[in-house]
Amino acid sequence: MADNKDIMGVFADVDTAAEGARQLKSAGFVQDDYDVLTGNPYPEGAFGEHVKPNRLFVFALSGGFVGFAIAFLFTAATQTAFPLVTGGKPILAIPAMMIIMYEMTLLFAMIFTVTGVIFESRLPRPSGAGPVYDTRITLGYIGLIVTTSEDRLEKAEEALKAAGAEDIVRESS
Amino acid sequence: MQDRPTLTPTQINEELLWPVFSFRKRHALAFIPPMILISGGVAAVTILIYQGLWVTGLQRPAFWGFFIVNFVFWIGVSHAGTMISAILRLTQAEWKRPITRAAEVMTIFSLVVSLLHPVIHAGRPWRIIYWLLPYDFSRGIWPDVRSPLVWDPIAITTYLTGSILFVFTALIPDFALIRDQSSGLRKKIYGRLALGWRGTPRQWKLQGIFGLLMSALILPVFVSVHSIVSWDFAVSVVPAWHVTVYAPYFVIGAVHSGVSMVLTLMALMRWIFKLENYIWEDHFDAVGRLLIVIATLWLFFFFLDFAYSFYTREEQELAVMERRLFEWPFNAITVIMVFTSYVIPIPLWLSRRVRRNIPLMFWTSILVNIGMWLERYFLIIPAIERKNELTFLWSNYVPSLIESLVVLASFGMVGFLLLLFAKVVPLVPAWEAKEGVIFREDVQFGEVTLPGIIKETEEENVW
Repeated sequence: MADNKDIMGVFADVDTAAEGARQLKSAGFVQDDYDVLTGNPYPEGAFGEHVKPNRLFVFALSGGFVGFAIAFLFTAATQTAFPLVTGGKPILAIPAMMIIMYEMTLLFAMIFTVTGVIFESRLPRPSGAGPVYDTRITLGYIGLIVTTSEDRLEKAEEALKAAGAEDIVRESS
Repeated sequence: MQDRPTLTPTQINEELLWPVFSFRKRHALAFIPPMILISGGVAAVTILIYQGLWVTGLQRPAFWGFFIVNFVFWIGVSHAGTMISAILRLTQAEWKRPITRAAEVMTIFSLVVSLLHPVIHAGRPWRIIYWLLPYDFSRGIWPDVRSPLVWDPIAITTYLTGSILFVFTALIPDFALIRDQSSGLRKKIYGRLALGWRGTPRQWKLQGIFGLLMSALILPVFVSVHSIVSWDFAVSVVPAWHVTVYAPYFVIGAVHSGVSMVLTLMALMRWIFKLENYIWEDHFDAVGRLLIVIATLWLFFFFLDFAYSFYTREEQELAVMERRLFEWPFNAITVIMVFTSYVIPIPLWLSRRVRRNIPLMFWTSILVNIGMWLERYFLIIPAIERKNELTFLWSNYVPSLIESLVVLASFGMVGFLLLLFAKVVPLVPAWEAKEGVIFREDVQFGEVTLPGIIKETEEENVW
């Protein structure tokens, strides 16, 4: 919602951050209200979170189909554009075309996969890492960021502090 | 078992990011040898462009010489990145962490350098665009899809694009790390490159899946690239080139030289960037074991190539083999090649003590690469010298100084680009190093403490 604001608790270790997530839940916040920011990957569920399913494979598959189609059309069109018979063979040299189709299928599958990773990771963010972020996160600290309406910000701050947040970062109004 | 240091995230940041934030003497000095080699190469190419191709040793019937040999060699080296990083990622080998990025980046730079060779070899580089790209809209004549010289750029471009995307996407968390640790213009540039990365569980999970998915996609490209490079030769009707074994023979040769080059790179990284806490003797041991298998496979294909020729009992084919084995200088090249690629390093690598001796591993990996470079020369030149047996075309290819300088410069260029890359981002992925620390847990067995790795086993956590 447009009037939602971010507030983040900065925690020194995993245990206090996990406690922060527990406090938030008992304060009435649900999974969608908060997110965890870390400088390196942790096992899934370490902070009680559940990552929603992604559709990365759809990107890879569609990329493969697109690449295959482009390569087929390109190789077929270029050979029929100047139909020169060589060695009595058919104009469309299928085995040779397959090599190009194979490469283009994989090329587009890779391009689409990278696009998919970026898209599914909700990147690029026009505002950079902000509006609420702390550079200590890449030093090993853990951020617990709550997105909620202004009237619940105090409640979130209390829960984060109660769990042992070293610092609270608020979105400037 | 080597003692594994316990590192904190701050320490990992400091030890891996110093080349980005400062320019120490050892890093600066490392630039000197590549720059000397590159200067020689630039001078040679300038003379070549100004004077024409007569300054090379190319003459009838051998019009493929050092440039093409070196092109094939660097394409081969580029296979290291994928071999090491994709296979180790797919098998979730823990020891991959410190070497994946360097191997992947070496793939990119080897490909870039190898691509320069056909351009230089063309003699008039500014015209190459007309030969490569489909341009002739008015007459409707397009490059022939039946030609391996069309397959080749397509395969290499696919591999290069895939490798760049692979490296870039895996770099995003490290761009964010540098963004957070810097200020001013550097912060702005890395901020843009990091695309606003924050490190949410979803982003990390996608990074993990991406590594596996991209590995699975790039592996078929990896096999196809050197197969297609081998078809540049095998699809022709030149005796001794026209063999079906060339594709797997080239691929395994590429892996042999590539993984050996990774070994060279690991030793250099350890020395130049002081990465003792990340690249351990255990890593050299593991790569050494891998190389024993690869080298033995390569030797099998080496003999298979001869076997195929002997079974054909074709006079032309046997003449090339005779030339390779018994005529000067190819007899010497064959002996040096077999000794440097197999006979010397393999018995040494069978010893655990040698595999854990970094200077010895470094020098044996250099030996393998000398051997594998000679292997390309051995495969390409004797065959093409017999391409046309008319008496007045019967001459030997003798490489000129210009060509040798370009070959040396190619090594300098890959080294230079790697050193430059290390100035921009850490060669060891910082986030993967930290992940390794988090998943590590020492396990006590009676009086012995062993380093263990915690693994997520649920399928849904991986996919």
